[in-house]
Amino acid sequence: MLARSKTLPLLTVITALIAIWYVAAIWMNSPWQLERYEKAGVDWNFSQLVDDTLNQQRPVLPGAHQVIEEIWKTTVQKKITSKRSLVYHTWITLSATMLGFIFGTLLGIFLAVLIVHNRAVDKSMMPWVIASQTIPILAIAPMIIVVLNAIGISGLLPKAFISTYLSFFPVVVGMVKGLRSPEASQLDLMRTYNASNQQLFWKLRWPSSMPYLFTSLKVAVAISLVGAIVGELPTGAVAGLGARLLAGSYYGQTIQIWSALFAAAALAAILVMLVGVVDRIVMKRMGFVSEKVEA
Amino acid sequence: MNIFIYALIFWLITWAFNEWYVRLNIRSTLFQQTRNIVVPVLFGAALLALWEGATRGFNVPTVLLPPPSIIWERILNSTHILWVDFQQTFMKAALIGFVLGCGSGFLVAIAIDRSPFLQKGLLPIGNFVSALPIIGVAPIMVMWFGFDWPSKAAVVIIMTFFPMLVNTVSGLAASGAMERDLMRTYASSYWQTLFKLRLPAAAPFIFNALKINSTLAMIGAIVAEFFGTPTVGMGFRISIEVGRMNVDMVWAEIAVAALAGSVFYGVIVLIERAVTFWHPSVRNRATA
Repeated sequence: MLARSKTLPLLTVITALIAIWYVAAIWMNSPWQLERYEKAGVDWNFSQLVDDTLNQQRPVLPGAHQVIEEIWKTTVQKKITSKRSLVYHTWITLSATMLGFIFGTLLGIFLAVLIVHNRAVDKSMMPWVIASQTIPILAIAPMIIVVLNAIGISGLLPKAFISTYLSFFPVVVGMVKGLRSPEASQLDLMRTYNASNQQLFWKLRWPSSMPYLFTSLKVAVAISLVGAIVGELPTGAVAGLGARLLAGSYYGQTIQIWSALFAAAALAAILVMLVGVVDRIVMKRMGFVSEKVEA
Repeated sequence: MNIFIYALIFWLITWAFNEWYVRLNIRSTLFQQTRNIVVPVLFGAALLALWEGATRGFNVPTVLLPPPSIIWERILNSTHILWVDFQQTFMKAALIGFVLGCGSGFLVAIAIDRSPFLQKGLLPIGNFVSALPIIGVAPIMVMWFGFDWPSKAAVVIIMTFFPMLVNTVSGLAASGAMERDLMRTYASSYWQTLFKLRLPAAAPFIFNALKINSTLAMIGAIVAEFFGTPTVGMGFRISIEVGRMNVDMVWAEIAVAALAGSVFYGVIVLIERAVTFWHPSVRNRATA
């Protein structure tokens, strides 16, 4: 029911956005086009102007159909192994993202367990975990890449490192909240059962933190993609979606930039959705009623 | 090697002290407050000492990782450059973009407040866009608005707009039905309800967005500079000095960025405590 009531407004807004996009494309591309008409001395009418502005080689703002056409050309019509294939670049970015995401999740869970079980770690570490995020780590990205390169670590790992740094934070915060979410009465019950610390952890704290974990994982996976993309900027634009962005901006290939952007957006959406699917399966197996947890 | 062992000992002592310190059970507010500051500060000092000790003790080349003392020296020696970069990146790009992005997100949220239709359409899109790597629009903005700060501010505006929109809309829905009914029995108009009940109730959500956006603004402004700048700015300096292997200068910029980001965040938290003094999370802090 809810889904149906959302569809119409959503479609309306999306249609409006696309309409605005096309109007903006015509408006922003027309100065260059008009200049060309004047130089060539052609008479022009409005429909011709619209047609031409939407089919320029290097438009200021390409139309949606140009972007889709470019994506089609660089995914389906190119070999996957080709350097001009968008699938190839997406795969490079995806592998760094996933590696960083997995490391970040493990690190985040590990830190959260430490923080929950040791008061000194909690008091001394938590402020720094929070402070670590006010540092714009993305700004350090080029240095991490170059420095690690200098000591012989290149390729996937440096990018994954940046993703790790970005993605551990939401996991720590969410898991600390989650591991502390059992109520006092539940903890007391476990104590009356004479449960050991380990049993308390595996049978109560860990299961009750799951909803919090998945909420954080959705944020973490999106942010580790951002980390991987930014990590690809300073490597001299070799491969990956970030490199496509940079190369596009060097050579003024706007259509290429937009297609890389769309690929990144699609990748983010798919990753978040996958986490959501795993979330739902796990919750169902554990017998949770489907309720949302605010992290 | 020696100096590393000293650092290690210092770290162990601070750790042991912290372990002992947090176990003390003194029920005084002042004691609790000082402890909440002293413990993390000691931890940070121990980290710095380890860093200094490790880099000096093992003779790590400064190109890889300079010790904190060299970075500090560099900061003192190049305050002018740092200040100019700070003005360009923080005062112009990040701050202006932050104000415009948050402001427009807030105004749009108020504007669509009366239309459930638009809310239903815009909210999923806002949530979706928040998860996207928006930073990727940076090259496009640089192409459209040129190399100087307006293009960076534009990136920041786009990055901060959606978190503000989504949070404000959910904040405006946060006031309870009872309270709204009460306002109706007072015969208050839409705007009176908005200003006297719903906006104050939305404040925690709005401040949450402001906090998220403060870090996003710094990141957006710095990363956008990687795609082209006039020869000033923190992102520009970082990418240039990395190329020249002046890693201490890079760390100096990072220290400034971290300090600016933390102060920015801290100011927002202070304003939040003053404005939302009634909220449980703030009241608890005062009594604990």
